[in-house]
Amino acid sequence: MSEMHAETVGYVRDTMLPEQDPPATSVGAIGWLRENLFSGWFNSVLTILSLIFIYWILSALLPWFFSPTWEATSLNECREILAEMGREGHFGGACWGVIRDRWVQLLFGFYPSGLYWRPILAFILLFVALGPVLFSDYFPGKLIWFSAIYPFLMPWLLWGGSVWTPLLVIAGLGIGYGVFRVVAAAAGNLAGIIAAVIAALAWWIFLVGPLSELIHSIIPAGLNSVDSRNFGGFMLSITIGVVAIAISLPLGIVLALGRRSDLLIVKALCVGFIEFIRGVPLITLLFVASTLLNIFMPPGTNFDIILRVIIMATLFASAYMAEVIRGGLAALPKGQYEGADSLGLDYWQAQRLIIMPQALKISIPGIVSTFIGLFKDTVLVSIIGLLDPLGLSNAIRADSDWNGIVWELYGFIALLFFIFCFGMSRYSMYLERKLQTGHR
Amino acid sequence: MTSTTDPHTESFRLSMLIYDTRYRSTTIQVVALIGFLILIGWLISNTAQNLQDLGKEPSFRFLFEPAGYDINQRLIEYTSRSSHLRAAFVGLLNTLLVAVMGCALATVLGVLIGVLRLSKNWLVSKIMTVYVEMFRNVPVLLWIVLFMAVLIETLPAPSAFRGDDPESTMKLFESVALTNRGIYVPEPLFSRSLGDVHLFGQSALNFDVSLNLLAIVAVLVAGVFVSGRIRDRADAIQNRTGVRPTTWYLRLGVVFVPLIILLVALGFHLGYPELKGFNFGGGTHMRNSLIALWLALSLYTAAFVAEIVRAGIMAVSHGQTEAAAALGLRPRRIMGLVVLPQALRVIIPPLISQYLNLTKNSSLAIAVGYMDITGTLMGVTLNQTGRELETVLLGMLIYLTISLCISLVMNWYNNRVSLVER
Repeated sequence: MSEMHAETVGYVRDTMLPEQDPPATSVGAIGWLRENLFSGWFNSVLTILSLIFIYWILSALLPWFFSPTWEATSLNECREILAEMGREGHFGGACWGVIRDRWVQLLFGFYPSGLYWRPILAFILLFVALGPVLFSDYFPGKLIWFSAIYPFLMPWLLWGGSVWTPLLVIAGLGIGYGVFRVVAAAAGNLAGIIAAVIAALAWWIFLVGPLSELIHSIIPAGLNSVDSRNFGGFMLSITIGVVAIAISLPLGIVLALGRRSDLLIVKALCVGFIEFIRGVPLITLLFVASTLLNIFMPPGTNFDIILRVIIMATLFASAYMAEVIRGGLAALPKGQYEGADSLGLDYWQAQRLIIMPQALKISIPGIVSTFIGLFKDTVLVSIIGLLDPLGLSNAIRADSDWNGIVWELYGFIALLFFIFCFGMSRYSMYLERKLQTGHR
Repeated sequence: MTSTTDPHTESFRLSMLIYDTRYRSTTIQVVALIGFLILIGWLISNTAQNLQDLGKEPSFRFLFEPAGYDINQRLIEYTSRSSHLRAAFVGLLNTLLVAVMGCALATVLGVLIGVLRLSKNWLVSKIMTVYVEMFRNVPVLLWIVLFMAVLIETLPAPSAFRGDDPESTMKLFESVALTNRGIYVPEPLFSRSLGDVHLFGQSALNFDVSLNLLAIVAVLVAGVFVSGRIRDRADAIQNRTGVRPTTWYLRLGVVFVPLIILLVALGFHLGYPELKGFNFGGGTHMRNSLIALWLALSLYTAAFVAEIVRAGIMAVSHGQTEAAAALGLRPRRIMGLVVLPQALRVIIPPLISQYLNLTKNSSLAIAVGYMDITGTLMGVTLNQTGRELETVLLGMLIYLTISLCISLVMNWYNNRVSLVER
């Protein structure tokens, strides 16, 4: 056969051809366009429709957005500036003067302007305190001590007052621990814990106030105190969000453990609490904070509205936190529990040394998204009359200079919320990836 | 607690309550229960003391007193002389109205966006990503007030529709008027109406149900049922003979022919909104507050639903898609017959909680003045009667009931869906 071919075929290639470049339409920008935007008539139609949509949005938004009104001092001035340029009507252009005039207020509310360094410092220190927890790879481990002190430092920085109060509150922990050591040695762990809790509570409720006044009168040291009603803007949102999440974490752990426990009554109490809180809207809990909480307390108690809101927000967050942590606990393989049992650890040792470190690690993304949810929900406090950013926007509109401003304020507030929440959700995704590789 | 009662007997010592695992759990539970009861008792005694000091006595009698305020958006008969209970009922129906409308729209939009986000078209998937991130990361209350502002500021006043050469015209063949006082859509009217049936007599919760609506629903349900039987028969014939009879015209017919006959018999026609004086008359008036709340809640929840749908579709393993493609199914049928039914099982549980969230978020209606249960019972009624305790607790109870009902219904459905599995 081959010989026949050798006679009949005039030419047989005996060397490889060099590889050719792919056609110009399947590489580079054109190739990308063909593959991702115009593969088939349906995709092409979708692409063109999307382009029209984007053009429609941008052509409405951009001229409004680029408006030279940064220096204006009132809405009327804005309108004059725009009218000179021949841009009339509602959509002639944005009036950015209001942001220049009031952005500080939107951030800090009516906090005394001389003391702005305190919330700013508290905010920066928040990241220092969160660092060892969130980015454990990049921060020295010793900083975790600062994270532990921070919850006491932050209220003092924000509200001010005598320096002795936070110190005495910390001392309460030490006293509780001391009582625990003494009683536990004499009468066992459980009695020790009960005695320690009672001692610490008694210390905080009855002794911290008078003692701190006493020491303050001898050695005055402290910051100017700031009233709660001066709090506002994003500072208020962040304060409520951070405090509520920080306190709800231990509460949530306790509730989650209670919900998974074999003790019927404890379980029923925890399930009842969690399902009740999750079944009602946050706004009704805020109504409880604004109208009912004082009725529930002993006659004569009157603590301020922000504290009441924080209490209800904490209860709210702790129910959701409990569900997140319960998910983390359920995700742990059963072998971990059995392994802990086989080592002879008791319940609390097993939780502390084996279960919680793993379960909490798994549930960090859920915790972050609970925090995002709670942070967004803090705008609800404007409904009960607190001056969060949304409440402040109404207050700003009440000023005759800026009466009639709508979009610019809402847009600015939405942008700030977007930056916070988007950043946190990205962080939680980063963490999810990090944890995923850890498991493989 | 740890002292021993009788050191000589080995039978039972008090310390065993703590150290013996047989008794310890009981001890802890009893301690917890006592602690809980003490807490409750403390709260109740505080409340009773405080209320006594304020001269208020807890009672729900105020619910039967005349409310004395108007509710502009209502589904049932209500006047300012009606009782507070009636007002709360109107509010409850409004809550349910916006929740049902919102869940429906959020589901449709969410599924659409979730699927489009997985599209191979780069531009489309990026636009959908921007949508999801934009709505997810801004508080829903902000969206509600923003939508309210959009409706009020951008739509023309009714006066713009007047004159020979009006600035604005009605949309969709002269049937829908978009004004800054709300949206007017055609209303269904029946010239030979069957009338209404009155439920619950003279009590505060009485309401009318239109017999026309009931008849239409009954005919529709019957039609769909018969259509299902026809499909079953076609399936049976196909299984027996291998040839599927053509039934689509029959199936359409049994649904639509009786419906059209009924509508003609009832004298169905649309009542169009018309400009009368300074405002529109006729048609159904959907107020701005309702529209803003509905759109904001739906668009916000749709972003979450989209993420759930996307995660559900991605949870179906790629082998399923490839196997379906190997069977020769077209992409659209792969989606409909193979991927979606499996994805649904992953999607439904988180979807339930999104519906719950939407219903709870509808309580933000108070920010735009939509009179839902928060606006009536926990808003105006609370302010007028000064009964904080009763109104807020009753309101919470109502929301709790709604939440429990939704999760019961949805769990039932979820169980049905998951039973199909294997």
